[in-house]
Amino acid sequence: MDKQKVLALTGNQAVAHAMKQINPDVVAAYPITPQTTIMEEFSNYVANGLVDTELVRVESEHSAMSAVIGSAAAGARSMTATSAQGLALMWEELYIASGLRLPIVLVNVNRALSAPINIHCDHSDAMGARDSGWIMIFNENAQEAYDATIMAFKIAENERVFLPVMINFDGFTISHSIDAVSILDDDVVKNFVGDYKAPYNMLETPTTVGAFDSLGGFYYEFKKVQEDALRNSLPVIQEVYDRFAEISGRHYRHLETEFIEDAEIVFVIMGSLTGSVREIVHEARRKGIKAGLLKVRTYRPFPEKEVVEILKNSKAIVVFDRANSPGASYAPLCSDITNALYKERFIKPVVNVIYGLGGRDLELEEIEEALKIGIDASNGKEYPEKIWISIKGKEVD
Amino acid sequence: MKKIDITRIQEFSPEEHPIGGHIQDAGNSELYKTGSWKTFMPEIDFSKCIQCLYCFIYCPDSSILVEEGKVVGVDYDHCKGCGICAAECPKDAIEMKEAIEEE
Ligand code: SF4
Ligand code: SF4
Repeated sequence: MDKQKVLALTGNQAVAHAMKQINPDVVAAYPITPQTTIMEEFSNYVANGLVDTELVRVESEHSAMSAVIGSAAAGARSMTATSAQGLALMWEELYIASGLRLPIVLVNVNRALSAPINIHCDHSDAMGARDSGWIMIFNENAQEAYDATIMAFKIAENERVFLPVMINFDGFTISHSIDAVSILDDDVVKNFVGDYKAPYNMLETPTTVGAFDSLGGFYYEFKKVQEDALRNSLPVIQEVYDRFAEISGRHYRHLETEFIEDAEIVFVIMGSLTGSVREIVHEARRKGIKAGLLKVRTYRPFPEKEVVEILKNSKAIVVFDRANSPGASYAPLCSDITNALYKERFIKPVVNVIYGLGGRDLELEEIEEALKIGIDASNGKEYPEKIWISIKGKEVD
Repeated sequence: MKKIDITRIQEFSPEEHPIGGHIQDAGNSELYKTGSWKTFMPEIDFSKCIQCLYCFIYCPDSSILVEEGKVVGVDYDHCKGCGICAAECPKDAIEMKEAIEEE
C-alpha cells in the first residue's frame, strides 16, 4: 500500500481531484448546484494544462449526456457530473447510454427535484433514474466519493460489464463540507485505472450505433441481455472494491454493517446521514438495546442475497428513505428491502421512515423516535408502516 | 467485437446480439429488407420511359435499379412505396399499384 497525503477538501473538490488523476478523454457538463464546483475546479485543471481532457461546454444536461454518449461510442473514456433537474433533463439519454452499453461515469451530487424549487439534498433525483439500467453507488462522505470516482471506470469498462456508472453523494452535506480526505499518488491512480481500449471504435471501423428495431423484433432480447449484464456486474464491482483496498487500505463492500450478528432492530440507510443513525445505534447498544446498522453502498444492481443474509434474523427493520415513491407501498429503498426479504419468504415488521426531503435535517431525537417504533414493532406491538418522521406541527405527547 | 449476420437479427437469442447493438459490419443495411411495409408499389412502363433518371435521383431509398446508365426496374426489397418516383416522372411512366403480398 502506498503512502497517501491527507488534504482538507470538500466532497466536490475531492471528486474533481479524482477526475484530474483519472484524466478522462472527454468531459461534457453543464453547471447546476450543488454539482457546479466539481466542474469549476476541473475546468481549472483543463485551463492549466494539468489534464489532456477535451472539455465540452454544452448548453444543457441533455446535451452533456448526449455528448458523452457520442464520445464513448467513439471509444473515448467519458465523464460528466450533474444534480437534480440536470439529471432529470438527462433522462432519455440515461437509457440510451445503458442500452448502448457505454461505460460512461456520471457523478450525481444528490439534490431534491422541483417543485417547490429546492437546491438541497435528497435522493429523488437518483431514485427517478434507478430503472435506467445504470450501476448506482451511494457514498457517505468525501473520502468514499473520491474513492468511488476512481473505482468507477474500472467497473464500467470491465469486459464483463460495459455499463455506465452513477456515483452518488449528498449535496451540500458532502459536496460543500470540508473533510479530511486521503489522496492517492497520481501514478498509483493512473496505474489502477489503466488504459482503456473500447471494444467498439467508430473512428477505426464504420459502426452502426443504436440500430432501429422497426417491428419489435429484438428489443425484448436486447433488454434481457442488459438485465443480465447489470446483475452480473455485482461480483465485478466487489472485485474492484477488493483491488482498490490493495492500493488504498480502504476496503469497501456492497453493504456495510455494524452490530448485525445479534441485532433485533436493524436500521437501513444510505448516504451522509448514516453517521447520525450510527450514533443512535451505538447509543442504543450502550443501553443494552440490540440495534444494528445496514448501510447500502451498491444500490444497483441491488445485492439482494446479501441483504437477506444480513436481515433474516432480525425482528424488525427500519428503513430510512431520502426519497418517496408517491402512491406506492413503500419508498424506493424500502421496496427493495421488502422485495428481497419476500423473495426468500421472510416476512417481518418493516417501518419505512421518510426523512431529509429537500435537505430537511434528521434530528437525533427523530432517529430515537424511529428506534422506539422499531422496538414496538419487534415486540409485536402496533407500528406505522410508513412515517414522515420530521413533519412539522405534529402532536407532542 | 463479433461480426453478425444481420439477416437473422429478428431470430437472435439474447446472447447473439453484439454488445450494446454496435454493428461493425459496414454496408449491411442492404441486408435488412425494409420493403415489406409498402401498401403501393411502383411499376415502370418502359414504353413511356425516356430514361431521364429523375426517378433514380428522387428515390429516397435508392430503390430504382440502374444498370449501365439506364433504369432497369425497382428493388422491391427496399422500396417503401412512397410514390415519389411516380410523382416526379415527367412522362407518367410510373404507376403506383396496390402491393400484393409476395409469397
Ligand atoms: S415508391 Fe418511393 S421508395 Fe419506391 S422506388 Fe419509388 S421513390 Fe423509391
Ligand atoms: S422518371 Fe420516368 S421517364 Fe424518367 S427514367 Fe424514371 S421512369 Fe423513366
